Order: sequence, then structure tokens, then C-alpha cells
Amino acid sequence: MGLEINQLTRHDGSGSFRVARENDHLSSRQKLRFAAFVLILFVAVPILLGRSPYYITVLTNAAILSFISLGVWVTFSIGRMNLAQGAFALVGGYVVAILTTRYGVSFWLCLPLSGLISAALGALVGWPVLRLKGVYFAMTTLSLTEAIRLLALNGGDITMGATGIVNIPRPGPVGIFGLTIVPEFNGADPLPFYFLACALLVLGLVAVWRLSTSRLGWVFRSLRQNEDLATSIGINVAKYRVIAFGVCCFMGGIGGAFFAAFHQNIYPATYTISDSVNFMLYCFLGGLSYIFGPVVGTFLLVIAFELLHAVQDYQALIYGVLMIVCMLWLPNGMLSLGLRQDGRREGERR
Amino acid sequence: MEQMLVNGVVLAVNYALIALGITLIFSIMNILNFAHGQMFMIGGFVVYYLYGIFKLNYFVSLVAVVIVLGVIGWSFETFFFRRMRRMATREENSMLLAVGTALLLENLALSIFGEKQRGVPPVVTGVFRIGTAYLPAGRLLVMVLALVLIVGLLLFVQYTKLGRAMRALAQDREVTHLMGVNVDRVAAYGFALGAALAGLAGGLLVTVFGVNSGVGNVYSIKAFIMIMIGGAGVVPGAILGAIVLGFVEAIGYELLPGSITYLLIFTGLIIFLLLRPQGLLGKPWG
Repeated sequence: MGLEINQLTRHDGSGSFRVARENDHLSSRQKLRFAAFVLILFVAVPILLGRSPYYITVLTNAAILSFISLGVWVTFSIGRMNLAQGAFALVGGYVVAILTTRYGVSFWLCLPLSGLISAALGALVGWPVLRLKGVYFAMTTLSLTEAIRLLALNGGDITMGATGIVNIPRPGPVGIFGLTIVPEFNGADPLPFYFLACALLVLGLVAVWRLSTSRLGWVFRSLRQNEDLATSIGINVAKYRVIAFGVCCFMGGIGGAFFAAFHQNIYPATYTISDSVNFMLYCFLGGLSYIFGPVVGTFLLVIAFELLHAVQDYQALIYGVLMIVCMLWLPNGMLSLGLRQDGRREGERR
Repeated sequence: MEQMLVNGVVLAVNYALIALGITLIFSIMNILNFAHGQMFMIGGFVVYYLYGIFKLNYFVSLVAVVIVLGVIGWSFETFFFRRMRRMATREENSMLLAVGTALLLENLALSIFGEKQRGVPPVVTGVFRIGTAYLPAGRLLVMVLALVLIVGLLLFVQYTKLGRAMRALAQDREVTHLMGVNVDRVAAYGFALGAALAGLAGGLLVTVFGVNSGVGNVYSIKAFIMIMIGGAGVVPGAILGAIVLGFVEAIGYELLPGSITYLLIFTGLIIFLLLRPQGLLGKPWG
């Protein structure tokens, strides 16, 4: 099975995924780079910037936004342009908001739960919608973002309509046998949120890396290239595309849940169409062929715009220009700049 | 009941202009124009400034709309999408570029026009009474103008040389090229025409609903819903989709509070796509 898919992939003219089977395991260089990235996130940044809540908050945002975009990347890997990620982030946010404020459920239980509920909803909606391809899928998912926003707006007492849900409690302490592992999050210090965001991001990266180098990843790529061909060699196309979409929604839900607790509020307008478009833009800017693409794209854009206060009013305008310029002159994303001539993927470039 | 039907007709005719524009671009170039709603919005603003502020004649403003949006559409095709077609490696590229153009137009409008809701003085005054329903003369004018434009467009596409070239291009790009048609030029005119239709719809509806720089996405989504109902790239499908959406909206706004109508439309759409992914009149695919 693996062999057929492998050959199918090697005949891909685009060259984006010319990864040989033996490359599935991280090379020592890639391991080194990844370790450096983790070290920077967990050691260098807190030491250098730990005293500046502002920068820590910016980086926390960037980390979770790239986590959510990583989900969109997974749907790109099956050849679908997903514009519904904002909807699932909203769902995740509301799950946390409703469960913590109304039923007093712990944030730590809500976090995975919100991912699961988003994924379940994603699978339910995705099953019919994923039959659509190309622009049809993009149109439908764009409408879905709007539909979920309207659902939240008209949710009555459950979602509190336009007033939203505020005063969402911060995550509480976690302990086993009286031993505190995670202390209570307090308002003055954004560092705990930062560490949580980085932990999620690293976990997400490892999970998506494992996924895309496993058999499932090869199946996903075969779907992107030719669904009919994939069906003909016995792949249950419907099942695998729902799995990919579910993974995407799961990550969207987790990200939304994190932001709900981080900002302590959620409104129907927290995630709109422009957020869905941004998630996709981050992926694309970094490079759709690289797992690290969404991370690079998000960090670059988020940090660049936080640092350039002067242009903040024109942020979205610059996004638009940037997207067109990139599309025309750098269609394979930022990471393609560092790609060597032999077309080998450098999975872990920063 | 009669009021709902009257409102439905007015909406449907104007939506048909939007749907025809996006269908034109989609069928000729296989590009989904994500910026269609933004073009609609710019059309509204052109009328707001020329007719509302500078007190020019309404019909002169509409001509200006055609010129402005025609130039925008022509430049998008000539400078962006043509280059893209030559070098695209992934199918998603043209879609991403289209999303980029939508972002660009929307934020340009936001910077230039601001966020305020703008309205224009009525072009004609008076109200007609049909049975128990009221039809303001302004809406009647908008409806008649839209109808004239639709008929004009259909005749143009059917009987002129350029229209024939566009239809040929929609059927088969390579063969059209072989027949000696300047494909790039026709595509650019097609994009300009599609954009102008979106702008005209905006210029007409601004007299009824007003305009603000945030309405772009709303109308893009409406355009998407219409072509998903009718079938993408099919002219009768676009008109049918517009009729369905126009009436559903008119009935929904009458009977249901605010945004619940659209929630139901989206839910219905997803169920509909489950049964008929190619739309009512589209050809089955994939």
C-alpha cells in the first residue's frame, strides 16, 4: 500500500512533496533545528523578554495563531482551501466559555473537550461539504464561518447573543496528590499563558509532523493529487478527508478555547471571515509545502505588525498587498527562499 | 404576502446582476472572484460620491461606475491573473490571489471611504400600490434598470462578436485560441464586464439600502450562495439562484427576526449541497 502511494507521489510534477520514504524520520539537522526552536521558545524568550508582558503577549498570540493555522495546513495537504477555521475557533471558544462560566468545569478539562466538540462538529458538517472541491469547497467553508457567527449571535441564553460571554475564569491550578504541577494563572503575569501556548504549538507541530510522515500523511497527499486515482487503489477517500478536516477543526477548537481563556471573553464577532482568511494567509505566506510554513508565516506577520505601530491602521491593507505580491513573485511561500536546488524539503527551517 | 412577493422581485432582479457578473468571470476564466462583493461596494461608493455628494445626474454616475469597475476588473486580469495563469503550480493559487484582491479592495475602501454607513437621496419619489403591497418608485426604478441591464447583457453575450468570443472561451480555451481569438484580450474584457456588473448592482442598490465599506463580504457570500444554488458557471443557473435567494430573503426578513434568515439559508444550503453538489442546473462533476 505504502509503495503505490509513494510512486504516485513521486510522479508529482510540482515537486512540492518529493520526499522519499527514507526521509520520513527526522534527519539530525532537522532534529537540531527543531530543538533550537523549542529552546528559543521555552528558554531564550522567557529569559530575554520575560519582564515585558507586552512582548510575551504578542508571542503568545503568534504561537496560538500558528497552532490554529497549522490545522488549516492539514486541510491544504488534502488539496482543500479551508475558510472555515474561524468558525471552529469560535465553537471552541464558546465551549470553554459556556462550560467554565455556567457549569464551573475546569479549564483543563474544557480544553481537550472543546477540541473534540469542534472536531465532531467538523466531521458532521465536513462529511457532506467535503464532497465539494476547489472553489466550491472554499465558497461553502466561507459561508460556514458566517453561519457559525450567526448561530452564536442567535443562540439566545446559551451564547448570550451579541453581548457575548465575559469574565471567563483563568485556568486554575493542576495538581496530583496535593502536589501542584501547574500553578494558578494570575492576571498580572502572561508567562503561564505563554508557556501553555508554546507547549500546545510544539505538541501540535510534533503531531502534525508525525501525521504527515505516517501512512495517513501519504494518503492525504494522494488525495490532493488525484482523488479518483486514490479511490482506484482502494483508499476510502470520504473517510480520510473527514479525518483531515476533523484534525483541522480539532486544532481550531483548541486554539479558540485558549484565546477565550486568555482574553477572558468571547463574542460572535471574535472570529469573522477575515480571521478565517488570515489563518489561510499565514499558511500560504510561510509555504504550503512545509509543516513549518504556518508557524513562519504567523510569527513573521504577527511580530512584524506588532513592532510597526505606525502602519497598524493599514495592517489589513498591507496583508492584501503582501498576499498579491507573494502570490505573483513567491508562490511557494517564504520558506521556498531557503530551499536548495535539489528540491529537498527542509522541514524545520525557522 | 403580496408585499413579500414585491420585495422578493426587487431583490431577485438585482441579485441576478451580481450572480451574472460572478458567473461570467467564473465561466470565462475559471476564477472565483472573491472580490465580487467588494466591487459591488465600490460601485455603491462611486454613486454615493458622484450622485450623493457632487450632485451629478444619477445615470451619469452609473456610467462612471461602469468605467471605474471596468478599469479595476481589466487591471486585475491584466496585471495579476494573467501572470498567475502562466506560472501557477497549484490549483489553489488563483483562488488565493482572488482572496488577496478582495482583501486589497476592502481595505483600500476602508482607508479611503471610512467605516460610516452612507446613503443617497432618492432618485425618484412616490409610491405605487399593488393590491395590498406598496412599491416605492425608487425600488421600481432600480428593478427596471436591473432588468434592462440583464436583458442587455444576455443579448450582448448572445449576438455580438465579443460576446461570442467570451462564450467560446468559456467552452474551450485552447480551441478558442486556435480559432484566432485574442484570448488574453477577451479575458480582460470579460473580467471588466463582470466587475462592472457587480458595480452596477452596487450603484443601484445603494439607493435602497445605502452602503458601507464592510458590506463586501456579505455580498460576496450572497453571490456564492446564488451560484451554488444554481450551479457555477451556468447563466440560467445564476438567474435561478438569484430568484431563489431573493424570495427566500424577502420572505425570511418578513417573518423571522434579523439574522435568523441567513442562519436558515446556510443550513438549508449545506443540506442542499449534500443532495445536489452541482447545484440545480449545473453539470455533475467529480
